[in-house]
Amino acid sequence: METLLALSIGVLVAAAAYLLLARDLPRVLLGFVLLGNAANLTIFAAGRIGTMTPPLVEYGATALAAGAANPLPQALVLTAIVIGFGLAAFALVLVMRAYAEFGSAQAEDMDAAEGPDEPVSPAPDQDPVPAQREAA
Amino acid sequence: MRQFLIVAPILIPLAATAVTALLWSRPAAQRFVGLGAAVALFVATMALLAEVISGGMLVGQMGSWPAPFGISLVVDHLAAAMLAITGLMGLTVAVYAMGPGAKERDRAGFQPLFHALLMGVTGAFTTGDLFNLYVWFEVMLIASFGLLVLDRTREQIDGGIRYVMLNLVGTTFFLLAIGLVYGLTGTLNMADLARVAPDIENQGALAAVGVLLLVAFGAKAAVFPLFNWLPASYHTASMPVAAIFAALLTKVGVYAIIRVFTLIFAHDQALFGPMLGIIAMATMVVGVLGAASHYDVRRILSFHIISQIGYMLVGVALMTPLAIAGSVLYVIHHIVVKANLFLVAGAMQQVGGTFALKRLGGLYAARPLLGLAFLIPALSLAGIPPLSGFWGKLVVIRSSLEVEAYVLAFVALAVGLLTLYSMVKIWNEAFWKAKPETAPEPPAAWTMTQRIATFTPIIVLCGVTLTIGLWTEPFAAFSITAAESLLDREAYIAAVLGTNPVQLTEAVP
Repeated sequence: METLLALSIGVLVAAAAYLLLARDLPRVLLGFVLLGNAANLTIFAAGRIGTMTPPLVEYGATALAAGAANPLPQALVLTAIVIGFGLAAFALVLVMRAYAEFGSAQAEDMDAAEGPDEPVSPAPDQDPVPAQREAA
Repeated sequence: MRQFLIVAPILIPLAATAVTALLWSRPAAQRFVGLGAAVALFVATMALLAEVISGGMLVGQMGSWPAPFGISLVVDHLAAAMLAITGLMGLTVAVYAMGPGAKERDRAGFQPLFHALLMGVTGAFTTGDLFNLYVWFEVMLIASFGLLVLDRTREQIDGGIRYVMLNLVGTTFFLLAIGLVYGLTGTLNMADLARVAPDIENQGALAAVGVLLLVAFGAKAAVFPLFNWLPASYHTASMPVAAIFAALLTKVGVYAIIRVFTLIFAHDQALFGPMLGIIAMATMVVGVLGAASHYDVRRILSFHIISQIGYMLVGVALMTPLAIAGSVLYVIHHIVVKANLFLVAGAMQQVGGTFALKRLGGLYAARPLLGLAFLIPALSLAGIPPLSGFWGKLVVIRSSLEVEAYVLAFVALAVGLLTLYSMVKIWNEAFWKAKPETAPEPPAAWTMTQRIATFTPIIVLCGVTLTIGLWTEPFAAFSITAAESLLDREAYIAAVLGTNPVQLTEAVP
């Protein structure tokens, strides 16, 4: 079971890396979702697997029965899933908004933020002042 | 009272977020509540700082679950200083945000997002639990996403996409590291991790976790080579947002690096020390060269954030008390100065109509006071004595000379010189040269209230810079105390876990 889990985490990370390198933003987003799932499975596997007994405290008992599953990774994964879902939802809306704004969901078509600055002094051959002096 | 003080920096912004969100359709009331909450946060964090200085480290166990089972909140000297400076930044930026453009911002939801951001930042500074730190990172991140694209312009959407995608991947790496470290140690409480980390059998896997954490925090702190999201996005944000981002967001990453690598990975200094040293140097150089190539005030300032992060990492790279004290002093000075420069840039745009250096000019003739307000933080950033940056740089460079890290000291000095070049460039172009013919018309005249809202925070922060510069003694002494407490891992572990920590039974079923 652990081998299977490790392999699927590896496949998920590989697929996520491939998708994250895409130019198409929805693919990048899917890559993030896959990477998040891989991280969640890692936490789950880190809590040790191998038992099917649910981590529930028996009525009247004060502690978990021996051999129950580890409840902490499940709580962590639950939190991480909720957070990841919220982030993915926001990112999806942002991508849609960008698609509406730029008419494309390709990263290379979005060039509004990092255009070149205007240099402070024009190049010498374009400088109008010496030309005027020569004319005078 | 101590127990209340430790949660106050989280509860106050939380309440402010909730109340301002409920007042969604009434921006004026939101602004009033927001300002009140910012004042309350400032007072609370200052009280917390005073309490830590007089009474030492504060520890709280949430829900009365004993550590390491519950979530511990730990405020030591470094955390208290970071919280106090967060309070100061929250207050000054909240006032500044009442300046020009306040109505549009508040209608778009500035107030709830701003306080949610502050909550994420204070939570990250307060927590003593690795998973809880991840949660605060996410709170901070989602609030910053909203703040960044507040005006919904083309530039902001584009910058927002770059910021969001890279930061999402960074935090997922953090999550991955949490999973692995839990599998290795069976605990996520930082003090407990520090206790068990040196005795872990599989040190190789633990080092891998350290590298993953370094990637995650480094992406947040914008260190080389993970800084690309910062210059792509910060300059697109509206000025109050850019100022609070510049002041706090990257510094949360730096704080996390300092905390984790002094506490949990201190025994592996032979591996992480040189690694951090190289990263620090590359970050300094790349940031300052990027700034030199730009001609837009905001983009120059954004690149300088990256460059300055390098100085803050020197402490963790060298791990001597003096070096860490230098990092702490540098962080405190840098937050104040960098936020102030962004505030001044906003005022420059209000007066000159643009951020492009080519079309700015004659600002010193028009507004001599603005020129002075720019010079103080700008020269401080470059490290000109007797301003605050000089002392920060002095301690950092002296500490690297002491351990014979001459290359590091040389790079730090050279980068300081190039910083001065960028600052002089802004001064010459925007303030000194005559107003060019292509200068745009400045936006509509400001009201008196807007002027007061813009210039009060700038003057206050200039005052703080001058105070740190001219009366350095208490700040330097505090930094050294903070560094000593950071290096005293036993005291931290004992304060959080108690003197007889509960032994976790083997987690393997």
